[in-house]
Amino acid sequence: MNRFALFLLALPLMAASQTTVIRNATVLTVTKGTFQGSILIRDGKIVEAGEKVLVPDGARVIDAAGQFVMPGIIDCHSHIAADSINEGAIAVSSMVGIEDVINPDDIDIYRALAGGVTTANILHGSANPIGGKCQVMKMRWGKDAQGLIFEGAMPGIKFALGENPKRAGSPGGGFGATPGLRYPASRMGVEDVIREAFTEARAYQKEWRDYQAKLDRHEQAVPPRRDLKLEPLVEVLEGKRYVHAHCYRADEILMLLRVADDFGFKIRTLQHVLEGYKVAKEIAAHGAGASTFSDWWAYKAEAFDAIPYNAAIMVRKGVLVSLNSDSAELMRHLNTEAAKAMKYGGLDETEALSLVTINPAKQLGIEGRVGSIEPGKDADLAIFDKHPLSNYAKVTKVFIDGELYFDREKDLEERPGKEVRKKALVDKLRAQEKKERKKPEQTEDKKSEEPGGVQ
Amino acid sequence: MKHLITMLLAAASLTYAQAPGPIALRGARVVTVSGPVLEKGTVLLRNGLIEAVGENLDLPKDAWVVDAQGVTVYPGLIDALSTVGLPETSAQTTPRAEANAAPATPRFGAQEPAMPLEQGPEFRPFTTTWVRAADLLNPADRHIEETRSAGFTSVVTFPSTGIFAGEGAFLNLSGEKQGRMVVASPTGQYVTLTAHGFGTYPGSLMGVIAYIRQVSFDADHYKLEMQAYASHPVGQKRPNYDRAVEGLLESPRLLLPADNAKQLDRMIRFAAELKRPAVLYGGHEAYKIADRVAKSGVPLLVSLKWPEKPKDADPDQEESFRTLELRDRAPSSPAALEKAGARFAFYSGGTAAKDVRKALKRAIDAGLTEAAAVRALTLSAAEIYGVADRVGSIAPGKIANLLVVKGSLFDEKAKIQYVFIDGVKYEPVPETPPPGDREGRAAPGGVE
Repeated sequence: MNRFALFLLALPLMAASQTTVIRNATVLTVTKGTFQGSILIRDGKIVEAGEKVLVPDGARVIDAAGQFVMPGIIDCHSHIAADSINEGAIAVSSMVGIEDVINPDDIDIYRALAGGVTTANILHGSANPIGGKCQVMKMRWGKDAQGLIFEGAMPGIKFALGENPKRAGSPGGGFGATPGLRYPASRMGVEDVIREAFTEARAYQKEWRDYQAKLDRHEQAVPPRRDLKLEPLVEVLEGKRYVHAHCYRADEILMLLRVADDFGFKIRTLQHVLEGYKVAKEIAAHGAGASTFSDWWAYKAEAFDAIPYNAAIMVRKGVLVSLNSDSAELMRHLNTEAAKAMKYGGLDETEALSLVTINPAKQLGIEGRVGSIEPGKDADLAIFDKHPLSNYAKVTKVFIDGELYFDREKDLEERPGKEVRKKALVDKLRAQEKKERKKPEQTEDKKSEEPGGVQ
Repeated sequence: MKHLITMLLAAASLTYAQAPGPIALRGARVVTVSGPVLEKGTVLLRNGLIEAVGENLDLPKDAWVVDAQGVTVYPGLIDALSTVGLPETSAQTTPRAEANAAPATPRFGAQEPAMPLEQGPEFRPFTTTWVRAADLLNPADRHIEETRSAGFTSVVTFPSTGIFAGEGAFLNLSGEKQGRMVVASPTGQYVTLTAHGFGTYPGSLMGVIAYIRQVSFDADHYKLEMQAYASHPVGQKRPNYDRAVEGLLESPRLLLPADNAKQLDRMIRFAAELKRPAVLYGGHEAYKIADRVAKSGVPLLVSLKWPEKPKDADPDQEESFRTLELRDRAPSSPAALEKAGARFAFYSGGTAAKDVRKALKRAIDAGLTEAAAVRALTLSAAEIYGVADRVGSIAPGKIANLLVVKGSLFDEKAKIQYVFIDGVKYEPVPETPPPGDREGRAAPGGVE
């Protein structure tokens, strides 16, 4: 009887601490080698990974015989899941941030999951030398905006060099062009905007320090005006916010590294960085990471010198390299993007997988949480039916924090039911419309500028 | 002869009448809202106020007693968000289509006059916080009579153009003198999140949000600066006067747009972050997160303009499940809010005044109780704007704003007999065809 009572008490506890074992899989840990074995997950974390893992009573067991488990893919450059991306008319838009416009309803989140992606860095667009604040998110499809945020990830900010920020000031126009022109209109101008902004930021930082000093001396003082444009730049100066800089050409890359050195801050990642192979040593010396495309090139003048060996060459020169998508479509097969670095440049399997797992995790400062299969890390895992570096591989299941967020079989099973539900709804609304039409027509209020029209 | 006709016409258009002394509506079903429903109640009005309400009132000798058997007396309805009473030009500066444009849509060649893009803290684009609806009233606005004829005695009217559009006013639709119409002002600051496209700042939704945040911080800072200066003006640098933050500071609450679940969640957070009292408007997808709305304590104004299939929709365009579901379930939002215990009121949101009852019926068919529907249209709206001590229910001392219906408000065929506004009786005008539709208008292209 006593034992029975204890058992009853234990039930809710077990539900709260859901335990899952994935077994019989080929486990690609990325950092600790590859083996045939199991992964034990509890409370959203990887507890154990090895050839022989004891299965606790009551654990949910997923048999992954013949399948491959890798760490959830991390995309260091994406623009999904946000209601706006570009604040384009001003040269410095650091006051805006993706965190304010997270869109948890974006179906691209689910599609990213279906490609094995569990974390993505959502960036502001590239219309401004200094752009808006980024947001690292987990692809927790179904959660609300706050539920998508990668809690504790370092904040970031977007910079952009070259064509995009200067085109906004070009009289020729084009995407992002501002009627009436906007400064800058040249690469020189881009550098000037960044230098000027950080000069302002330093003055602003001093204003606050002086205010703090006054308080410390117990003097009365009105605090300085908070400036939402300069606050994030002060954070950059103080090493509290990562810079992710969109760039292409070697000259502009060197320019930015010099500017950062002059002001005493670090560029965390160079994004796209298609000519990175030309200045890989300098990039490595600064300590910047590089997040590039596998083999996109020549889509605009500044991308003419791109080569598919870029990632591999930078890896060999000691740069921390990742491959990103910058596209909701490419995002769904970053595993094959990684595989291309084996064909072009001869990286080995682990090096290739690192480009979309542990390396982007390091670039985003979240490698303590994700990016490899190791005890203590978040149970963010992607199961593929074939080796993920094969272009025949499909994702079968994706876990985030130990929770199943994508299940290919379940998705396929549910499709007919969804179709039926949708058809029923369409029919219902159509019948309603018909009924409405029979009634005398409802006259619209002519004064249509009622307030309350929403967004 | 001509003069006589003119005089007769003038007399006919006088649809209101001032009683000589106190009025008693006797024997009516009285829905007091703040108290119990009285099946055989009497309401006594004097000097524009409700003097007494009850089942067995001792009526003063001079009272003009109206036998009100078979009618229901409600508090006058309140349209909680409106532009009624404003001159049309001031409300029409922003084309409607633009206000509804998707935030991410870039719009080239902006129509606004060229504006410098970055000017520092003094740059306040799309901001007229200081404009007061109460100062702009047009008692001749034809919408006043239309709205009144549908049973509304009050509207909460706001300027509606810009990001910070201006300060609203709680109005009685008495439509005579501007100053007499205003019950309370300012009632709040009307905020939109209209993104103005690539050519201007703020051009994106996140830009608009960041801008609102900055102005809010600036207002807090301005207050500190002004207080510090006021206490020691001598020998101190004088802070700049800033009408934009003045307007924000004198607004008792912010009205923030939030229609779907994502926006509701976003704006509830934003309001908490700004540390300013807020009221949300929109609310069509509130059925999804009614509990969250209730828990936040932020009141929600639900638009009675339920989503419809666009009239010019491409018949081959397949709509998403989400869109269809919203169209189907939006009218269930009020019921969900009632069940969750959220604070909510209604606004017509562009629904013609005479169709408001039809729209309301859809909410009731979807589960909203009649009691909650009446409350949302009366006392809740008054509470949200902080004027429930004066309007919104039938109780002694309150302003005599009443709606008198032959039967029940929720019976679509039941006729609205009259309304009282500040104790003055107005009869509904018969529905007329929209001007210019039938007789009395030359055919297009006529050359007579």
